[in-house]
Amino acid sequence: MKRFSLKKKKEPARELNEEEALRRREAVREKRRDFGRSLCFLSPSLLGVGMFFIVPFGVVVYYSLIDGVGSRNFVFLDNFLALFKNSAFLMAAGNTLSFSALAVPLAVVLAMVLALMLECRIPLKSQFRTFFLSPMMVPVASVVLIWQVLFNYNGTINELVLALGGGRIDWLQSDYCQWVVILLFLWKNLGYNMILFMAGLANIPRELLEVADVEGASETYKFFAIKLRYLSPTVLFVTILSLINSFKVFREVYLLTGDYPFEKLYMLQHFMNNTFKSLDYQKLSAAAVVMAIVMVVLIALLFKAEDWFGKDVEG
Amino acid sequence: MKKKHYFGRGAMFLLCAFFAVAFLLPTVLTITNSFMSEAEINSNYGMIFSTTSGGYVSETVNLKLIPDKVTFSQYVTGLIKSPEYLLKFWNSILLVLPIVIGQVAIASVAAYSFTRWRGKLRSGIFFFYVILMLMPYQVTLVPNYLVSDWLGILNTRWSIILPGMFAPFSVFLLTKFMRRIPYSLIEAAKVDGAGEWDIFTKICLPQCRSALYSITILVFIDYWNMVEQPLILLQDAESQPLSVFLSSINSGEIGLAFAMATVYMIPPLLLFLHGEEYLVEGIANSGSVKG
Repeated sequence: MKRFSLKKKKEPARELNEEEALRRREAVREKRRDFGRSLCFLSPSLLGVGMFFIVPFGVVVYYSLIDGVGSRNFVFLDNFLALFKNSAFLMAAGNTLSFSALAVPLAVVLAMVLALMLECRIPLKSQFRTFFLSPMMVPVASVVLIWQVLFNYNGTINELVLALGGGRIDWLQSDYCQWVVILLFLWKNLGYNMILFMAGLANIPRELLEVADVEGASETYKFFAIKLRYLSPTVLFVTILSLINSFKVFREVYLLTGDYPFEKLYMLQHFMNNTFKSLDYQKLSAAAVVMAIVMVVLIALLFKAEDWFGKDVEG
Repeated sequence: MKKKHYFGRGAMFLLCAFFAVAFLLPTVLTITNSFMSEAEINSNYGMIFSTTSGGYVSETVNLKLIPDKVTFSQYVTGLIKSPEYLLKFWNSILLVLPIVIGQVAIASVAAYSFTRWRGKLRSGIFFFYVILMLMPYQVTLVPNYLVSDWLGILNTRWSIILPGMFAPFSVFLLTKFMRRIPYSLIEAAKVDGAGEWDIFTKICLPQCRSALYSITILVFIDYWNMVEQPLILLQDAESQPLSVFLSSINSGEIGLAFAMATVYMIPPLLLFLHGEEYLVEGIANSGSVKG
């Protein structure tokens, strides 16, 4: 299409007869009409997104730069500096980061292991898939009772520990609490990630693996040299997804331990909730802007890493 | 050689079975425990919910899979005698159904636009949607709160429903599905003189019926489980959905809480059992943020 019009342009203008000019004008009009149609279809969503996300986020950025909702006093980075001196924010950010740093890699690696396990020809494969996926449909609020029975100071896990000759551990009120929450996080999210990896594994060209088999490649070599290479876009996606879900672990923590949990479980969402109670817009806005920037940077880094790792695999 | 292979697969099977039990047990325990009588529940778990954490009691907890005597008394109490739980269940429905219907409807139109027409501006918008989709609640809740405040819908259902309807997740997923529809199909319809709306409703939507179903399930499960939004946007305890309210059980009503936890599981469980194949297909197709 493009080449066609370029060629025409080189020719002298007088050779354009009326018919062609008409056709060209019609094409331009058609293009404009298409643009209008596309906007028509897009507009409900675009209006809503603009109204509920883009415009107010602009205001949030503005609020983060002034010193009070009523005033127009620009203080630039003061709110951010205050935020970085706020001990509650620092604790919440630290806890959230350390939780994500532990939980996300585990969620990626273990889900991949589950997918590889199901790839071996074992009986009841599709039943296992259903079982592994089932926690994702269970609302957190529904299983919280069982978690309490298991991890309470007088709970079942401690009974087991006692029976094995250990001492009681206060799972939710000591440094172990982070691992308890990681366990709940994995329980809920592994199934979803596993499905993604199974789909990724199914997309690896069979011939490649067959050739590797004929050449006598070991399972480990096949995994690292072929499968992992082709899985790299999936790894990227699962990592991003797990990262987002790791911010949702507040649900488990809140439903298990309430507004003020053990220090190690005080998450960013707790900080936001408590700041909402005092309606400190400057603090809230600065925190939201900082988080948005951190997320964009993290995701950009992950994309770059994937580009580098999967560069010689097409598709 | 062959023997070793069998051994490996046997071990793999056992490992899978072990994981399967671990994945299923919490759900199964919740369901079976909901059929216990209040007395049995109290004698089994009373010490856990009556003392604050850290206190030691000499009674031992007694986690049981099968109740001594199966009874529906908890369900009778929760569903018929005290309307409180049922009211919260109704709150959940009133919040989630409009979001699911609205989000899927708005998203399918938008996804059609992203599929049908390309251009620099529109691919820029699509990229922006992806970024927005990846933002956690901690970022989006502050803007949502501001708008709700301006519109005067704070503390009403609409403060959750409206932003939920425009969440970009479904747009992203549906666009990926629709881009798989052969272009020749649309082209042929156009040559036959079909308008865009006809192409959308008569060709595009029927083609991605399974995708629409799987997205409905995904969105439903996500919002049925919501905790963050109601905590901030609904101050009123009366209008809280059951997903938040369940955690505020009294120590005397554990049995009832088990029963209501099970009731709350039923809608997503039914959707899951009915549409698992679609769900898996939907998840599998969300597999990459690129392209």
